Amino acid sequence: MAAMIEAEGLEKRFGPVVAVDDVSLTVARGEVLGFLGPNGAGKSTTMKMIAGYLTPTRGTARLCGHDVLDDPIAVKQRLGYLPEGAPTYPDMTVTAFLDWVAAVRGFRGSERRSRVERAIGLTSLHDVLYYPIEALSKGFKRRVGLAQALLHDPEVLILDEPTDGLDPNQKHEVRKLITAMAPEKAIIISTHILEEVEAICTRAVVIARGRVVADATPAELAKRSRWHNAVTVVVGADQGEIAAMALRKLEMLGTVEVGARGADGLIALSALARDGRSVEGPVRTALATVGIAPREIFIERGRLDEVFRDLTMREAA
Amino acid sequence: MRTTLIVARRELAAYFATPVAYVFIVIFLVMLGALTFAVGNFFDRGQADLAPFFTFLPWLYLLLIPAITMRLWAEERRAGTIELLLTLPVAMWQAVLGKFLAAWAFAAIALALTFPMVITVNVLGTPDNGVILAGYAGALLIAACYLAIGAALSATTKNQVIAFVLATAVCFVFTVFGSPVVAGFLADAIPADVLEAARRISLIGRYESVTRGVIAVRDLVFFATFIGFWLYANAVIVDLRKAG
Repeated sequence: MAAMIEAEGLEKRFGPVVAVDDVSLTVARGEVLGFLGPNGAGKSTTMKMIAGYLTPTRGTARLCGHDVLDDPIAVKQRLGYLPEGAPTYPDMTVTAFLDWVAAVRGFRGSERRSRVERAIGLTSLHDVLYYPIEALSKGFKRRVGLAQALLHDPEVLILDEPTDGLDPNQKHEVRKLITAMAPEKAIIISTHILEEVEAICTRAVVIARGRVVADATPAELAKRSRWHNAVTVVVGADQGEIAAMALRKLEMLGTVEVGARGADGLIALSALARDGRSVEGPVRTALATVGIAPREIFIERGRLDEVFRDLTMREAA
Repeated sequence: MRTTLIVARRELAAYFATPVAYVFIVIFLVMLGALTFAVGNFFDRGQADLAPFFTFLPWLYLLLIPAITMRLWAEERRAGTIELLLTLPVAMWQAVLGKFLAAWAFAAIALALTFPMVITVNVLGTPDNGVILAGYAGALLIAACYLAIGAALSATTKNQVIAFVLATAVCFVFTVFGSPVVAGFLADAIPADVLEAARRISLIGRYESVTRGVIAVRDLVFFATFIGFWLYANAVIVDLRKAG
């Protein structure tokens, strides 16, 4: 697996402020890297540097082997980039804009038309082709930005919050699109939505205050959660006390959290595994010995949002 | 060059996508007409030439050219589209030159619409059309100088009003240095060498000799260098903003 995106010790200072501090990462073909971090952590700044818009204070990035500082045009030819906020020229119509981008990218005649049409098809823009972009809703604007990035079928995609402002159906469409393209490309997406990372990313890089604090698969990140392998059982409310006592006797469990009594007369108990080990079997056995048959039982993979909070808040304290 | 023209074409179309172009052209023609006929005594002079027209033109440009250039980069920066433009496979010089050419083409369109003046003098008398042509060449050159200044200064800010004011001020400085009035006024305060140097980089003297029909290579080289310098400054300013 050759790395198609390589960032090497990227650093960006704005005056005394260090926005990005020694960020290195690589993305190979077939990978979708989810770039996570709180607002202002340096996600967009890092992406701008890789895309060749901002000049790094230190370090560099290479796309498909081309250095972004030495050969920016070669990099930009191979890159599809959706900038933060999906900026587009508001007074142009959707077709005029995409046609212009295709022209700038060097496509002529019938190839230009077919490229534009393909991009329109991928992002479902058929209904708004002749509208000025400024008249479009936020979701459509974002899709125009996405169409622009996909137009030349680039080997590398860098998408800054591609699903921001989209409704759930559109989000689903965009995720499907990214997943479908993934095997052929190296993709970086930044997002705030953790479920998106689990849904489409093969790897997640968490950044906080300009530094990379985690670089792992979403599953590996989930394992760091104290909820990894936690077992939640739903029992009748009258059995809650007994079940909780039975579970608390188990050595391998950390804490047992008892939920509130539901309107349906049921109550949920969550048993957290002490070392992230699988505890489903012992939990079932323990409940069976006190004569309780759970109505529902499910095992958590871990809670990314909690891991995210831990990773990004740790240093702040 | 192809990419430059693609950039320029979009930029030129952008002028006409909003009422800006039409407002500009109407104001330009009305004011130029008013200055030429009312203030310049076009008829009373009893001469078949466009001398008053070309005398007032640079001063009108001083006010109106910055209005053409103020949005070139400032608007891209405000709307964030500069990030799109600079991450497309467009070299910096292509973006700078494309925008400049679009603004120049627009100024040329507005200038071309003054053709009724040329018809008028030709109907009323027998002017030297060669001198008139030279006048238009001079007008295009001084417009290009102002445009290059305005474009570069537009890149310094995301506020179009600031871009306008800066461009007007700087264009004014490069214009008045050459005028005898200012030179006389400053003669006591400023050493003669500095005044002479200032006069050499001033635009108005060279413009006047071109519009009189004296097209010297020296002046053409000066104009080309002047425009080239400001376009280069434009690229440097955009690049500096990238460095943050």
